[in-house]
Formats: sequence, C-alpha cells, structure tokens
Amino acid sequence: MKSKSSYWVKTLQNGLVGGGISLLLSVVGLVLAFGKSYVISGVITMGEIFVLAPFLFEAYLSVRQAPSKEPGRLLITGGLSGLVGGAVLAVFVLIGEVVNVRAVLINSSPDLFALLTFHLSLLPGILVLLAVSLVTGVIAAGAYLLPERFRGTLSQAFMVVVLIGLFRDLIVTVIIRWGVVQYAFLWLFAESGLKIIGALIIFVLVGVLAFWSKGRDRKAIALKQSPRQQRVARWGLLGVLGLLTLLLPVILGSYFSEILDNVGIYVLMGLGLNIVVGFAGLLDLGYVAFYAIGAYTLGVLTTSEAVGLLHLSFWEAIPFALIVAVFAGIILGLPVLRMRGDYLAIVTLGFGEIIRILVLSDWLKPLLGGSEGIQRIGQPTIGTFVLAHQQELYYLILVGIILAGFITIRLKDSHLGRSWMALREDEDVAEAMGINKVKTKLLAFAMGALFSGLGGAIFATKIGSVYPQSFSFIVSINILSLIIIGGMGSIPGVFVGGLALVGLPLLLSQFADFRYLVYGAVLVVMMLMKPEGLAPEARRRLELHEDEAGPGPQEEPQTVTKNPGR
Amino acid sequence: MAILVSKKVTKRFGGLEAVGKVDLEVKEHAIYSIIGPNGAGKTTFFNCVTGFYTPEEGEILFNGRNITGLSPDRVTRLGIARTYQNIRLFKNMTAVENILVGMQPHLKSGVLGAIFRDPRTNREEKEAVEEAIRLLVYINMQGKGDLLAKNLPYGEQRRLEIGRALASKPSLLLLDEPTAGMNPRETQDMVNFIRRLRDELGITILLIEHQMRVVMSISELITVLDFGVKIAEGTPQEIQKNPRVVEAYLGRGAASGLGQAPTAV
Repeated sequence: MKSKSSYWVKTLQNGLVGGGISLLLSVVGLVLAFGKSYVISGVITMGEIFVLAPFLFEAYLSVRQAPSKEPGRLLITGGLSGLVGGAVLAVFVLIGEVVNVRAVLINSSPDLFALLTFHLSLLPGILVLLAVSLVTGVIAAGAYLLPERFRGTLSQAFMVVVLIGLFRDLIVTVIIRWGVVQYAFLWLFAESGLKIIGALIIFVLVGVLAFWSKGRDRKAIALKQSPRQQRVARWGLLGVLGLLTLLLPVILGSYFSEILDNVGIYVLMGLGLNIVVGFAGLLDLGYVAFYAIGAYTLGVLTTSEAVGLLHLSFWEAIPFALIVAVFAGIILGLPVLRMRGDYLAIVTLGFGEIIRILVLSDWLKPLLGGSEGIQRIGQPTIGTFVLAHQQELYYLILVGIILAGFITIRLKDSHLGRSWMALREDEDVAEAMGINKVKTKLLAFAMGALFSGLGGAIFATKIGSVYPQSFSFIVSINILSLIIIGGMGSIPGVFVGGLALVGLPLLLSQFADFRYLVYGAVLVVMMLMKPEGLAPEARRRLELHEDEAGPGPQEEPQTVTKNPGR
Repeated sequence: MAILVSKKVTKRFGGLEAVGKVDLEVKEHAIYSIIGPNGAGKTTFFNCVTGFYTPEEGEILFNGRNITGLSPDRVTRLGIARTYQNIRLFKNMTAVENILVGMQPHLKSGVLGAIFRDPRTNREEKEAVEEAIRLLVYINMQGKGDLLAKNLPYGEQRRLEIGRALASKPSLLLLDEPTAGMNPRETQDMVNFIRRLRDELGITILLIEHQMRVVMSISELITVLDFGVKIAEGTPQEIQKNPRVVEAYLGRGAASGLGQAPTAV
C-alpha cells in the first residue's frame, strides 16, 4: 500500500508545482502582460493560458506516473492535480485580499487578482478558479486516455491555434501585404486574437492535416519509391525551401525582415562560435570582442565623418575588417593556448571586456569616438544600387551565412575537423598523435573570429553606426546560449537556436521584459530534458543518450551515420 | 644499432625524484621491457621519451637525434608512438576516426584544401580512409569502424589504441601495460600480436608490463626500475636471478631468505 499512498503524495506534489509555476508567472508580471491579448477573442487570453498551462502539464505528468491505468481513477488524479494547483492560486488571492502583497510583489496588482478570479467578486471568483483548474486537470487526464494519434493531433491543433492567436498582430501585418488574397484570411481574426469561428476552422484544418500525416507510414512510402523518385522528392523539397528562403523578405515585409536580419547576424556568429566551442571545445566567453572589432574596423574605414580613415566603400573595407578580426583572434589565441576549461573561459571573458573598455577609452576616442561611437557608416552598393533597407540587407546576410555554413561543413568533415574533435576529447593524447596544438587551436580561434567579424561588419552597416554599448558581455552569452539550445557542434542547431533565442523574443515584443526569465528557464529545462540540444548532431545524441538505450545483445550497434563522401 | 638511447635522464616533481639518472639503450627491432613496482617511475620515463615531460637532466636520443624537450607532436612526427596505461581513446569518436587522427602526421592538406576539396585533398582523404580500414583489419576489428570507441569491448579498445598508434607509422612503439586487465587468453593473444608488430612491421617495441609471465616470455632485454632508479638490466634469465630485483618486488627478507632463483616472481 505504500506505493499507492506515495503516489497520491506525488500527485499532490505535482499539483503544488503546477500552482507554484502559475503563481511565479503571475507575480513576475507575465500573466498580466498578456492579460489583454486574446488568443480567441472573448474566450481566452494568453495570460489565462499562462495560468492554466502549468496545471495541464503537471496533471498530465501525474496521470502518466499513475500506477493504475483505470480511466475513472486517472480522471480523478488529473482533476486532483489541477485542483491543488488552483488552490495555490486561490490561497494567493485570499492572502492578497487580507494583506497588501503589492508592497513586496509589485506585479500583484488588483488587475492580476481580477484576472485570476475571472473578474468576479471574491468568493464566486475563487470557486470558478478552482473549477476551471479542476477541469483543466481532467482535460489533461482525458488527453492521456486518448490513443496516441488523437492526442498528438489535438495537442498540435491546439498549439497552432494558440500560436496564431498570440501572433495575430504580426500575422495580420504580413497578410495585408498580399493584395486581394488578404480577404480570404483576414476575417478569421478579431481585433485581438482569433474569432471563435476562425479558431475552430484552424483547429479542424490543422487537426485533419496532423491526423492524416500521422497515419502515413513514412518509411513504407519511402520504400515504395524508387531511388530516383526519392532523389527528385529531396531536390524538390530543397528547391522549394531555397526559393522560400530567397523570397522571405518579399513575402514577410520589412518588420519580419528586420527580425530575420538580426537572427541572421546571430546565426553567422553562432556558426563561428560553433567551431570554437562546438568543434574544438574551447569555451570562449569573450566572443563579442571579434564582433566589435569587425564592426569598428568597418566603421572607422567607411564612415563619411571626419574621424574616419581612408573613407573606403563597404566592399573595399570588408576584407580589412575580416583580416583585423582574424588577427585579433590569433592574438587572443596565443596567450590562452595553455589554458583549459574554466581558466580559458575567464581569460576570454576578460579579453571581451578589454576590447569594450578600449573602445570606450579616451585614448582611442579620436579614432573610435568613445561612447558616442561612429556614425554614418558606409552602406554596401551594387553598381548604383544601395543595399540600405532590411529587405536588401537580408540577402547580404544570407550570402554571409551560406559562405560560413559551407566552410563550416567542409572543415568539420576534414582531417582538421577531426583534429579539433580530438583536441576536444583529450588534449594530451591529441598532441601525442602529432596534432600541432598551437596551430590547430589558433585556426579554430581564427575561423571563429572571421565569422564574428563578418557579422560585426554587417551589423555596423545595417545600423549605420556603432556604439560600445552594442558589444556588451551579454552578446557573448546570447551566442553561446543559442549554440547550446540548438545543439553543440550541430550546424542546423545554430539556425534553430538563432530562431528560438533571437527570433522569438523579437517576435514577442510583450516578452521583452521577461526575456531573461524565459531565457534562464529555457536553458535550465533544456539542460535537464534535452542536453543535446534541439537539433543535435547525430554523434552528440549518442554521447548523451546511450545509457537510455541500454546495453544488450539485441541492441543494434550505435553508429554514427557515415557520410557518402567517404 | 640503438634506436633509443637514454642518458642519465632525471625527472623531478618538487623534491621527489621520479626518474633518476636512467641509462637505457634499445636496439632496433628489439622487444624491450621496463618493469618495476608501482610508482617506480616507468610511466614517467615514457612521458619523458614522448615529450610530455622535459627531463631536468640527461638527454634522450632517437635514431641518434636529440629529442629531449621536443613537444609531443614533434616526437610523434619523428616516429615514436605510444599507448596509455589507462586506455585513452577519443571516446566519442568512431574507431575509424580514432585511427584517422593517428594518421595526422602524414596528412598534408591544409585549411584551403579542406574547404575547396581540390583533387589532391580528396585523394589524400580517400587513401587515408582506405589505410585506416586496412589497419582496422590488421588489428582484427574489421566492420567495427563506425562504432564509437567507448562502446567497444575492453580488449578491442586496447587493440584500437595500438591501431591508432600504428597509424602514425612509428619505428618505435611504446606500450604502457598493454595486457592490464586481461584474462590469460586475451593476454596470450596480445603477446602474439606484439610479436607480430615487431616481426611483420619491423617496429621496435618498448614495453611497460606488470605480468611477469608476459615480460619473461616476450622480452629480449629488461630494465628494472625501483624508486626511479635503474636497479638491474639484462635478459629475462638474468633478471630472474638478480637478488636486487627480488628484493624490490618481494622485500628484503624474501631475497635473503630464499637466496635462490625465484621462478615465480
């Protein structure tokens, strides 16, 4: 009987955790910030979803851990877990009624309490809150009882509706660019969020699609096709993706292009840092330095102001920017070669700060403009055409990414890539294998600096001016985080990480205040649940999940997919 | 002709003299063993030869060339390869990749070659992979090239480490306890394999070994270290009769009490 009672304790615990998360989201202000943005107009706001989602999640966890799989009991379990979560909030509301919580937690405003009690008076409000929590928990349990295919379908459809409702404003700004076509879509949306009918249509549509695609056995289909057909299909898909990539700025308009540009610059730098950290295993926390060096070199060389040198054009200056950045990479690399792990991280961190402080210094002020920075930086031109707008710069960034991506892929799969990997695995042995530690490490630093310098140069020309404030320590951390989120050493991971960590926060302007809260939470959750990243390298996945596969004779041997080039 | 000569090599850590004035001469195509109790300085001596440590005194000559103080990668490029007492493969790389890393000294293509994949680089890479697979067959691990090193059984990890060392085409191979942790059968296989390395590939073998049966059966010459100092040198028969060796291994009482050749040292 012990296991049973401990299981109920577990359910209570889960409920409390759910309530705790909801409470946290409430008191940090996230719930209130989204309290007015409807997902489905007049029905549910994003704020309410933030309150209820933890209940849903925890109730689902409780049900999954339940020893007995009897439906009635599972529904009770889910409901209980949800109810406990609701109770936590109810207690909070009651405390708020008696004590002035706001003195300590500034976000617990009357608005928040009104939101939590569904704009009712105290007692009915709390009852409704508890009821809704209970129902949420039961829904989670119900979802668990459904067959996998239905559950997947429903949750996907639900997610899409929430996302579309949440991003209503952005989607509408895109849609109204489409001329007549816009009227086919616009009526789905309300002033805030989706109309009920719109939500239903999207839900059903996505549901049907998801249900259908889950029913198909991809492997069986792939087997039926001839290699030729498969090749055509693959190239066709690549072609469509390529075309889409090219047309994105045209389809999405300037606001999204701005976001894409920012993501792109980070991806470019991420590709570089991926070589340093992901391939060679050198933890570099001062990576922003090369970004700054690239940006400032381009700035100094191209500005039309009096402080500038030479007044070159963008294309003439960019080789210099890259050379200076690479040179800086080597300069940094030389003294830190003997350091490992933590020590390396600290020294590179210092290097990043040195560069920023140098830029701010009075000594270099005549050249770099001190805290006022450099303005009127040259823009790239093709013939007489000036690439000034976000939509045009997108292509410049795209070219940079393609170049960097190409170089990265090629280097990774060469004996240089293997040398980096060997250094990462065991530096001493790598050296004993005849790998020149100095040369190989410096090369990693230089490649990293090259891409970062390019990113900086493009950033400078995009903004048109550079300031020391743009190159703070947090930029290094951002790039490092995006690599970790995407998957260390994985090239697709850099893109995924860039979109997730740079793109999403820009899209969700309401999130701006909570950016680092979400950031930290995402990083912690990622490290716990999916340490290999969102789009991991095949090898990394093996490294981190081999124990889950477990040893055994029937186990098929873990291999790393061999590339056809070998 | 001597391939490796050590002249009064001394390595100290703080006050401790880990290796003291060790003289040694390894003839070409020999199988030469260094034995001694734990902490006798055997591995430290290996580290001096391979460039991990720079000895405070003395010099090390390889093929007549002074290699004292050279960095490990330079030493490897001159033709000395080694394995480790506790296996140190690149665990998260595949078997083939481990061997390919070992081939590093013979790969000439640079960054630009890697990026642009000119025909020369492609050919070199293709040949390297073919050679790696040949080596894999040689160490009796055909078909296991794509397995991660850490997922290999213990004996294969030992062999792969030797394979990786062979990839640099050494003329002198330093093996640090190659039979550690092996059962008698595996040990015998390893002994045969080491002989093959010498007979077929013409590699000189310098060996640290604890299992006396292995040492006595395989070695042509043996040096015994104790507390960093060479206490004896000779053929297996001579070493077995040497009272100082018995003393070092079994203690003073054993040596004087027995007073005769202990066969089961």
